[in-house]
Amino acid sequence: MRNYLIGAGLAVLVAGMADAAMAQSEIKIGEINSYSLLPAFTEPYRKGWQLAVEEINAAGGINGKKLVVISKDDNGKPADAQTAANELVSSENVAMLAGTFLSNIGLAVSDFANQKKVFFLAAEPLTDAITWSKGNRYTFRLRPSNYMQAAMLVEAAAKLPAKRWATIAPNYEYGQSAVAVFKKLMSEKRPDIVWVDEQWPPQGKIDAGPVVQAVAAANPEAILNVTFGADLVKLVREGNTRGLFKDRAVVSFLTGEPEYLDPLKDETPEGWIVTGYPWYAIKTPEHEAFLKAYQAKFKDYPRLGSIVGYQTIKSAAAILTKANSTDPEKLIAATEGLSVSSPFGEITFRKIDHQSTLGAYVGKTALKDGKGVMVESSYKKGSDYLPGDAEIEKLRPKD
Amino acid sequence: MAFYVVQFLTGLASAASLFLVASGLSIIFGVTRIVNFAHGAFYMLGAYIAFTLTERFSGALGFWGGIVVAALVVAIVGVLVEMVLLRRIYHSPELFQLLATFGLTLMVQDIVVLIWGPSDLVGRRAPGFKGAVDFFGQNIPSYDLFLIVLGPVVLGILWLLFQRTRWGILVRAATQDRDMVAALGVNQKWLFTSVFAVGVFLAALGGALQIPRDAVHHAMDLRIIVDVFVVVVIGGLGSIIGAFVAAVLVSELNAFGILVFPKISIILVFLVMAVVLIVRPWGLFGKPEAPARRTPGLTVNPWRPWTSNERLAALAALIVATALPLFGGNYALTVGSEIAIFVIFAVSLHFLMSVGGLASFGHAAYFGLGAYGVAFLAKLAGLPMIVCLLLGPLLGLVGAAVFGFFAVQLSGVYFAMLTLAFAQIVWSIAFQWVAVTGGDNGILGVWPEKWAASPSHFYWLSLGIAALAVIVLRIIVFSPFGFALRATRDSPLRSEAVGINGKRIQWTAFVIAGTVAGLAGALFAYLKGSVFPDNMGISLSVDALVMVLLGGVETVSGAVVGAIVYKALNIWLVSQTDWSKLVLGAFIVLIVVAFPKGIVGTLDSIISRRRKSSSSNSPLLTSRVETAE
Repeated sequence: MRNYLIGAGLAVLVAGMADAAMAQSEIKIGEINSYSLLPAFTEPYRKGWQLAVEEINAAGGINGKKLVVISKDDNGKPADAQTAANELVSSENVAMLAGTFLSNIGLAVSDFANQKKVFFLAAEPLTDAITWSKGNRYTFRLRPSNYMQAAMLVEAAAKLPAKRWATIAPNYEYGQSAVAVFKKLMSEKRPDIVWVDEQWPPQGKIDAGPVVQAVAAANPEAILNVTFGADLVKLVREGNTRGLFKDRAVVSFLTGEPEYLDPLKDETPEGWIVTGYPWYAIKTPEHEAFLKAYQAKFKDYPRLGSIVGYQTIKSAAAILTKANSTDPEKLIAATEGLSVSSPFGEITFRKIDHQSTLGAYVGKTALKDGKGVMVESSYKKGSDYLPGDAEIEKLRPKD
Repeated sequence: MAFYVVQFLTGLASAASLFLVASGLSIIFGVTRIVNFAHGAFYMLGAYIAFTLTERFSGALGFWGGIVVAALVVAIVGVLVEMVLLRRIYHSPELFQLLATFGLTLMVQDIVVLIWGPSDLVGRRAPGFKGAVDFFGQNIPSYDLFLIVLGPVVLGILWLLFQRTRWGILVRAATQDRDMVAALGVNQKWLFTSVFAVGVFLAALGGALQIPRDAVHHAMDLRIIVDVFVVVVIGGLGSIIGAFVAAVLVSELNAFGILVFPKISIILVFLVMAVVLIVRPWGLFGKPEAPARRTPGLTVNPWRPWTSNERLAALAALIVATALPLFGGNYALTVGSEIAIFVIFAVSLHFLMSVGGLASFGHAAYFGLGAYGVAFLAKLAGLPMIVCLLLGPLLGLVGAAVFGFFAVQLSGVYFAMLTLAFAQIVWSIAFQWVAVTGGDNGILGVWPEKWAASPSHFYWLSLGIAALAVIVLRIIVFSPFGFALRATRDSPLRSEAVGINGKRIQWTAFVIAGTVAGLAGALFAYLKGSVFPDNMGISLSVDALVMVLLGGVETVSGAVVGAIVYKALNIWLVSQTDWSKLVLGAFIVLIVVAFPKGIVGTLDSIISRRRKSSSSNSPLLTSRVETAE
């Protein structure tokens, strides 16, 4: 019992230190991400936003005030993310929250933002729920959603002659909804398609051999893959050895992102239709400028996470500059319909569902000098792959 | 037909890698009784070191040499860990070693990222085993065939080692009755060290052999550790053949199960374990544990209720805690509420573990059920908060009543693993039943009503309930029921002889603990405003165990201190550093060495030793107690 005192003392100490750091000439953004759980994605992401902060402050900050990003780890758990969000809002007095990677964490923080009336810019979570079925007025999302990426892939996949399809997806919300949307959109375009098998390995624990065998046994003409990270590596290695991908078309979510493509090295399967980020092949002036600055600062090439981190903070700065206030209502008003430039070209935060129109690159995987690359890639604008307004009105609860 | 044969062989290959790791764990547990949580960490280290070596030295010799050297290097690390850390705590309360190995695991997870970087690494393919063999039109990777052969070969070598060498005989003897082996003058120190080294070698070898088929990354350890525990338990602790059969059973059921139910992998091993343990309480090849030869009342200082001075001190601490809203900000209050909730959760597990002698590895299930209970009542039925808080924990009660009935039929590690299996089954229902539970996206918008919404009100509510929970559980400990429970814990036979229905008493304790955990979960749902399957996940169960062990198992209310220290430190570290696991792990290891009976347990014995020496009575008793230890 008496040790409550220690706990209380500790907490007071933390709060006290935070108060002392308060300064009038700063604007603070509270950033949360799964730094310890998913370093492969979040390390480049952190570098991306650090670059953005540096550029913004070099250009005079937010209406003359210095931009400060206070970053917290969420341990990969929704409950911890809420503790961090609470600290950022209550003790650090941040103007807005930003970040998150996993869908459930994004949703937890978005619900927190809605309850506490704080502005939240979700960076990475892909779930459609965050802007649609569980959307709220305080939450905006940067990255193209599951639906948008599925729609981009379906456009290419529908042109394939294949009629017999199988799916392999991690057994959690992301995998389930990716498969569901892909199937729905695909079947609309190609009523002649049959779905012959589906495999649902647990996320992070795929037993690749039996899964590959099971899919091969169904003898599909094409395969949809949603696994990523270590699961993808195992799947590709087993699939290559067992000849699963030979003479079969494969459509794959996220596989073209350097985070997931680079580890495959010389085992990269060729000809998969993927979404991703071919940083070596994008020749637009916006991207060249970003690439040059990034490589100069970090002596490393950017991953997709770098783009997401960079653009999250760039967008946040544009929002804060336009609103010229930290009042959440003014921030929302400033963000709805706001257009900002990005390494991928200009993007807009839609008023109707708070989704940004950031797009993604779709292309094919290939092997070059023993490394995986994306070829024949083209940028797909996010705005072209969203359902009509009437449908969104139905999906999204009224504020 | 060819397909089924190939699927069977594929299952065998998966079984081989599982068996290598599981056999190591089984040997270590059999002899030292250490639940080696760090086994997965050694597996991961093996893979990382083998990756570095095989990238550096190419060719067949470089590859195979690299794998063996990696396993040897990790085995040496294991020996160091055993000698420096574990040797100090063999005499600590049961399961305390789990805490040390848990701390190590946390550290290793961060250390590998510091050394090898955050990206997934993909190693070379094995020279000579790169391709596939054609089997009636089906391809079998030749590396799979290599693993299929390797599994039985390792089994054979281990069998020879155990049946034909003096060392093996000693190990088997120690597995059966280590006190007797010690009494016969065998140097246990080196026996334990060598067994630990062999076990770690097998784990690291298992990890190293994954390079040609897997990616090497920093979460490999957690991916395998639970499955391996399950395999060991299904096979029967300490039985190598059991581990082999269980690995084959689990892998084959998975290989064929996914053809019928593609979503079964997520839960399969736990279903198998639950069924096996209910039918065969000691696993397939295990033998009933010999009744522990521990002196009844080994607890050095018999428990006693607080004296009035201590009561006043506790009351004063509570009053100080109540005053937190006067000087703490909103964040401090929310953290305070969270800590109070974890105090409730930890004391509920502590009640089961210390008073009942039943260590649950799946206590989060009842915490989570309480949280989901509240979420259902609040979101679906729209009931007011007070009603939800009262009724929500009932879901935890029901869960504990059902699972507890089966679980208390077992004891020791088998009990622990059965509770783990039940927790995982509940977790996977929450995870899979998207229509009702929202799957891993959880249930949102469970916020407290206005009267409790402000951080200070919610803090007082949590604190009040926490104080109430601690007091009620203490009253139960010193009630006739509590004495009967402790009697069952200390001597099942004698308590049965005096007419105590042990199973029913334990079952009741399980239900009490589950309900209190459910209460904590209910509060947690309101604190966070949402409920996720995480709330019943393994990591939460482990957190609770750590809190109890940190406080001290052999104390009446040590878990209160354990929960406060662990939770406050965890929240603070996560907020302050990205390497929170490294620091927290190191802290736990330090605590383990400095306080070998837990924080409160060690303080207690220091205080009572002082008291004894000052009143200088009965040196005889002290010496007798020490022999008993």
